[in-house]
Amino acid sequence: MTIDRRTILGGAAALPVLGALPWRSARAQANNTLKLGVLTDMSGTYRDGCGPGSVAAVRQAVQDSGVTGRGINVEVLMGDHQNKPDVASTIARQWIDRDGVDVIIDVATSSCALAVNSVVKEKNNIMLNSTGATADLTGPACNANTIHWTYDTWMLANSTGGAMVKSGGDSWFFITADYAFGHALERDTGDVVKKAGGRVLGSVRHPFPGTTDFSSFLLQAQQSRAKVVGLANAGVDTINSVKQAAEFGLTRRQKLAVLLMIISDVHSLGLQTAQGLSLSETFYWDLNDRTRALSNKLKSGLGGAMPTMWQAGCYSAALHYLKVAAEMGVAQAKASGAETVVRMKAMPTDDDAFGAGSIRQDGRKLHPSYLFEVKSPAESKGPWDYYKLIRTTPAEEAFRPMAEGGCSLVRT
Amino acid sequence: MLEELLFQLEMSAPQIVLGLVNGAFYALLSLGLAVIFGMLNVINFAHGAQFMMGAFVAWMLLNWLGIPYWGALILSPLIVGAFGVVIERLMISRLYKLDHLYGLLLTFGLALIIEGLFRNQFGSSGLPYSPPTSLTGAPIDLGFMMLPKYRVWVVVAALVVCLATWLVIEKTRLGAYLRAATENAPLVQAFGVNVPRMVTLTYAGGVALAALAGVLAAPIYSVNPGMGSSFIITVFAVVVIGGMGSILGSVLTGFALGLVEGLTKVVYPEASATVIFVIMAIVLLARPAGLFGRA
Amino acid sequence: MASATTAPPGVPAAGIPPVATHQGYFGFTRAQGIALLIMVAALIACPYFLYPQFLMKLLCFALFACAFNLLIGYVGLLSFGHAAYFGMGSYVAAHAAKVWGLTPELAILLGGVTGAGLGLVFGWIAIRRQGIYFAMITLALAQMIYFVCVQVPFTHGEDGIQAIPRGAFLGLIDLRADMSLYWFIAGLFLLGFLLIHRVINSPFGQVLTAIRENEPRATSLGYRTDDYKLVAFVLSAGIAGIAGGAKAITVGIATLTDVHWAMSGEVVLMTLLGGLGTLFGPVIGAAAVVGMQTYLAPFGAWVTVIQGCIFVLCVLAFRAGIVGELARMLRVKL
Repeated sequence: MTIDRRTILGGAAALPVLGALPWRSARAQANNTLKLGVLTDMSGTYRDGCGPGSVAAVRQAVQDSGVTGRGINVEVLMGDHQNKPDVASTIARQWIDRDGVDVIIDVATSSCALAVNSVVKEKNNIMLNSTGATADLTGPACNANTIHWTYDTWMLANSTGGAMVKSGGDSWFFITADYAFGHALERDTGDVVKKAGGRVLGSVRHPFPGTTDFSSFLLQAQQSRAKVVGLANAGVDTINSVKQAAEFGLTRRQKLAVLLMIISDVHSLGLQTAQGLSLSETFYWDLNDRTRALSNKLKSGLGGAMPTMWQAGCYSAALHYLKVAAEMGVAQAKASGAETVVRMKAMPTDDDAFGAGSIRQDGRKLHPSYLFEVKSPAESKGPWDYYKLIRTTPAEEAFRPMAEGGCSLVRT
Repeated sequence: MLEELLFQLEMSAPQIVLGLVNGAFYALLSLGLAVIFGMLNVINFAHGAQFMMGAFVAWMLLNWLGIPYWGALILSPLIVGAFGVVIERLMISRLYKLDHLYGLLLTFGLALIIEGLFRNQFGSSGLPYSPPTSLTGAPIDLGFMMLPKYRVWVVVAALVVCLATWLVIEKTRLGAYLRAATENAPLVQAFGVNVPRMVTLTYAGGVALAALAGVLAAPIYSVNPGMGSSFIITVFAVVVIGGMGSILGSVLTGFALGLVEGLTKVVYPEASATVIFVIMAIVLLARPAGLFGRA
Repeated sequence: MASATTAPPGVPAAGIPPVATHQGYFGFTRAQGIALLIMVAALIACPYFLYPQFLMKLLCFALFACAFNLLIGYVGLLSFGHAAYFGMGSYVAAHAAKVWGLTPELAILLGGVTGAGLGLVFGWIAIRRQGIYFAMITLALAQMIYFVCVQVPFTHGEDGIQAIPRGAFLGLIDLRADMSLYWFIAGLFLLGFLLIHRVINSPFGQVLTAIRENEPRATSLGYRTDDYKLVAFVLSAGIAGIAGGAKAITVGIATLTDVHWAMSGEVVLMTLLGGLGTLFGPVIGAAAVVGMQTYLAPFGAWVTVIQGCIFVLCVLAFRAGIVGELARMLRVKL
């Protein structure tokens, strides 16, 4: 054996000592430093949609905000929560208690988002959530420290579901991931369908995680003879479902409604398989001059890929926070998370990702949502030219009306 | 009553067919695992990662070198098998005299490394890979269902490979040496057989089987770094139920469990990932060495 | 061929002459006594240097690994389903503290009782098998528990039970401050650690070791080995449940991660990394694994690669684990 035991042992003994170091330096930081923590999925299934790209987007926002020119230091930290709520909550606490992080950005997956949501409330910090989907963040779980930035399950259900029913898809069958997010998406979309006069013929729930083959569920969907098959799952599950639906020729007689799919998923599927899908997002790189300019800036940090709406949301959220913090003064902004959030809600937002917008009392960031159709390979003119815009829902209608959310912050 | 039964049968007939298709993957994967365990006494936890590598190598061959599916079907297992040779020579060969646990831990560590590296390089959401044009097009009409051509091909390919492997190990001189070496390696060595080389090649063979399954899976499942780890625990269960190290056992169990899983997806879909473990517990209590294992 | 029992190779490999365990004070050898003093000193000093929240999580996992080590290190049984007891303990304690409003010590105790109860049933089924088959049965049973946790409503699916109140110890001492909770968890850990040590050094523990070394001989001496194994299994599962409950109270969340098979794998890694069948190994192993997860977090996807490399190195270069190797170098028993 060539590896020297003693060196390894020595190294292992040194580890805890090294670990102790960052704590000491953290507390001695000067007070005109703002610390932005990007807590995201760096190693799991959502990595491509947020992950390193979200960190790059936040760094870009720091640069674009111009606050460093005004004598404010900004530090960007990143952390990998591995899609585990307990890890997310531990990192968030540590960042706030020890590293003096002022705002936590991104937080992929609903369960982690909810976990960090209660941490920032307890510690009077801030979460600007971009990637988490659950509409509960501005509903029963809402608080004065969280802003839900990019999208939510209600918006997805209404935009995609509503449009499908309007275009004649009035009978539905759901293939649902058997976990809270899947159930919520199925329930919300089902409500939309029924309200618009459609029917839900049935649903099947597949184990999550651990399902690779969806052919059996797709067959059950075919046998239901529903006009629309709704996919209430996410990430790799959705990609596998769509891939196999194409293989089994499901799309010849039925329409496939993907309730949560982002552009990196489409990229991974390839247009040949993904063509014709309808999906909803709040951001697409090729919407207008501003989004194109932003995407070109972000591209290099993403290894040549175009930003997803999650990453664009991180950019937009960080930019708005920095604007408000600069206006308040660093000391003020650091003092109380809830105070800063109040100021963020008071100031209208404007950025290259979502254009002009605002933040509602319940913490919902408002901007338009878009229904896209995936282009066929023939229609696509170049790399990442994937979407056709079908319909725009204005900001006021895109998200759940405040009164229906049941958020305790809403005073009537 | 009879009508009800017929209706049920009509509903489940397609599921049985689909179950067999999935069973083909289980059979191929557990075959490689069983070969490695039977001959080397190593529980190869990196099997899922090697399956994933097979799919990725197919993708690389196509996109970097322009080699299509049929070429990849042969080249990818060879490349990943060569990787297996390196792993065996450098690491696994040091563990044969030790407890199973160490082989398991080492290969588990390897799986972490491989998956992590692929995730850094290729991201997590996967890469597109299309089936060869000769196997696309209109699905085959079986009367009660439409089955895509590619799935038929998967079943046929898996059956042929499983049968061939079984024949090699049970009926050829090479197989006889192998089996003898697992019983008494020094004796076989004394007869002039290069046992270490044979063991290395066996490991490479098992790994190549995983890679072959990976290439077969690439056109229908998302080619992503996590694609193997979602399979691995299930495939372990298949091997254990079949009887650790029993080639025939793991193949038959693979197909049978695919079938059971398929039917569960109709009756109680939420439990379709768990049913295999229920069966495993029952089988191990009734027959400690698995269905086909020798105690 | 696969029926060999999983004797913990760390102990014989370490090359320590078999020392009689009844010597020194309270069953500790002199080296162990010194190590214990160092550990207690570290327990007292660490919260002033390291982040208490991190330390508490570490202690919960350390207790979990100690419970697991009781089974693999001293009875030679490799359970691959310990997440079930840990996770269920965590869920029940969380539910008790949040919904029933129980005080933390009662909630954690209830978690322990749940773990022990599950351990009684599962152990009764599993101890009939040995080696890899034992591991596989425990895995199968744990997967069923995972399924139950996904399906039943009280666990709230993958969102888990969140915002669990820390409550007040005995209803008197408020644990909301990190430091007060830390002393509570540290006390709990020490209690569990000493309990396990006591068990190992009791006549009962001696019989367990005898079973590990040579089961047929233990049987021939008139010991009902299955009964002994079952009691050890229940004890291990119960302490795992307590560790799970403590983790739920500490982190404030109980989720599916705790019952997933990856957690069962993690505890094997901790124990192995620290040193199978050593008293302090699991503690050091847990510290190393939890420390890696925490301090390597900024490296993103490289974490898995680094972790993988460490395990490979561990298996190839120092198989007896950190503490096992240290003990060999110092020629003492730890």
